Amino acid sequence: MTMLQGFQIALHALRLNPLRSFLTMLGIVIGVASIVTVFAIGSGAQLRLQEQIRSIGANVLMITPGAVYQGGVRLKDGSKLTMTESDVQAILEQIPEIQAAAGSIAGTAQVIHEGKNWNTTINGTTSGHFLVRDWQLAAGRSFSATEESGAGKVVILGSTVARELFASGDDPIGAQIRIMKVPLEVVGVLDRKGPAQDDVAFVPLTTAKLRFLGSASNINRDSVAYIIAKVAADGQMAGARAEIENLLRQRHRIPAGQEDDFKVQDPAAAMEAQQGAIRTVALLLVAIASVSLLVGGISIMNVMIVSVTERTREIGIRRALGGRMRDIRLQFLCEALVLCLLGGAIGVAGGVTLSMTVARMAGWITSIDGQAIGLSLVFSIATGLIFGFYPAHKASKLSPIEALKTE
Amino acid sequence: MTASPLISLQSVSRTYRTEGVAVAAVRNVSFDIAQGEIVAVMGPSGSGKSTLMNMIGLLDLPSEGAVYLQGADVADLSEDRRSALRARSIGFVFQSYNLLARHDAIENVALPLVYCGISRKERLARAEASLQAVGMLHRARHFPRQLSGGEQQRVAIARALIASPLIVLADEPTGALDSRTGAEILALFAALNRTGQTVVMITHDPGIATQCRRTIHLHDGELVSDETVTQLLPRRSATS
Repeated sequence: MTMLQGFQIALHALRLNPLRSFLTMLGIVIGVASIVTVFAIGSGAQLRLQEQIRSIGANVLMITPGAVYQGGVRLKDGSKLTMTESDVQAILEQIPEIQAAAGSIAGTAQVIHEGKNWNTTINGTTSGHFLVRDWQLAAGRSFSATEESGAGKVVILGSTVARELFASGDDPIGAQIRIMKVPLEVVGVLDRKGPAQDDVAFVPLTTAKLRFLGSASNINRDSVAYIIAKVAADGQMAGARAEIENLLRQRHRIPAGQEDDFKVQDPAAAMEAQQGAIRTVALLLVAIASVSLLVGGISIMNVMIVSVTERTREIGIRRALGGRMRDIRLQFLCEALVLCLLGGAIGVAGGVTLSMTVARMAGWITSIDGQAIGLSLVFSIATGLIFGFYPAHKASKLSPIEALKTE
Repeated sequence: MTASPLISLQSVSRTYRTEGVAVAAVRNVSFDIAQGEIVAVMGPSGSGKSTLMNMIGLLDLPSEGAVYLQGADVADLSEDRRSALRARSIGFVFQSYNLLARHDAIENVALPLVYCGISRKERLARAEASLQAVGMLHRARHFPRQLSGGEQQRVAIARALIASPLIVLADEPTGALDSRTGAEILALFAALNRTGQTVVMITHDPGIATQCRRTIHLHDGELVSDETVTQLLPRRSATS
């Protein structure tokens, strides 16, 4: 008997009991569907993080204010702006590994162009910001030196803001928009960098301080909310970080043993760590889903054992008519395999549908990869072979004489 | 008789061991069956007929002595080889027909060929010819439950014949049939035998035995007589 004949006999037998066959493979269906879905959601989350890491820019360090003591009370991180523009200058000039650096302050405001308005992040910074983040202009130019030093009334729009304020076909360059009643000329529009990044309008740091965010009590003329700095090469990240920490401790006159009033972070590394965490959680969920595959396998074994008992006489007839032990084994193994493969295929279809539904309803990014589908099908086949072997072996060991005597 | 018998049993014994007690089902039985014979093996129930049939049919091996098929000791053959010989050389007919309930007549008839490595197309073609030979072609697509006992037994005979076996082994082939249908089945076996087919029938029914030229009597596992008549009795319906 060939493998093909084995599958033909198996399909025939399973078709005779469609409900039982379906219930038997349900465990496999659920297990495979869960694995495919978990993989799709997990790799979707990883894709989104990767995009975020890319959008920050490579080899970027971020310096934010740390905790400060004010009259013995420890205030929370960032409650006082401890960094200044001269810190930015010092980092740029005194640390050779730093290619570019920029300080920023940011707030939220309404931007208005003719009849349209949009609420967005206003980021006051210098042209170095775009260098640090490898962010190109889609149109127009960056801030000029005079605009940066003299609080020029200019703005560079992120692509989302440009899209919201200007009709397609309208050229934003040279147009006047208003932010908090201040008219500004659009001098540039940035390339797309990612949905979370593009919803922003950049103005020169001096402009932001003088005209929009200067009234805030914790901003003095020189301070910035955070600094971003670009390190020349990947291998220099740790060294550059240590040098920035030393430099700022000196400049802020922090005695040895006292806590820094700033924090240097590597956002890409932090996100990579987060990515690792997502991978771990996804693997854990896959492991849980695999348990259902195991249960599915056991249920197949159970039904196959019952089926062998029910069909003892058939086995006896087949043996008497010339079926070898291995033919009987192949026949029942094929049944288990067909159950698992069919269950696996239905599970893959269900998993793909489920992850597409999740993507649509929850707005998550999901990514269905062939690897996960292939892996779960391999799992199904393995389940069929492992749990189908014992019943098939049991069937093949039956004595034909005894089997023919059973009713 | 030809020089080399088709089947030869030499001092065959078969002992079963149940709960430590040895029970001899067949004791020291010897006989030959030649090509083209029709033989009835008779005896009351428990006389060892079925055990003997299992050994001739290569389903069982003797505890002592030897069974030779075409001169070869079947005990020397591997389990797989014996299975292959069952598919090609032995045609079984059972009292309870033993058709697969979930397959139609033609699929049942074609079943032994599955184990001979024959293509589905050829299997079905040969099954049709075999059904034709027993007059059941018109029922090819019927399932066993849709057939009468006599019809099922005809299908079973078609199945036994499909691989052109050396020998057809029938175990109480009329035991579940009424006397008229039983007589028809017996006539079918007789007709087969006239075409040269070797037939061995196991029965406890003396009426059947009278249809066979040669009758072997068993009692308590021992051979009590082996008679060949030159003149068959006039045919009469089998009584059960």
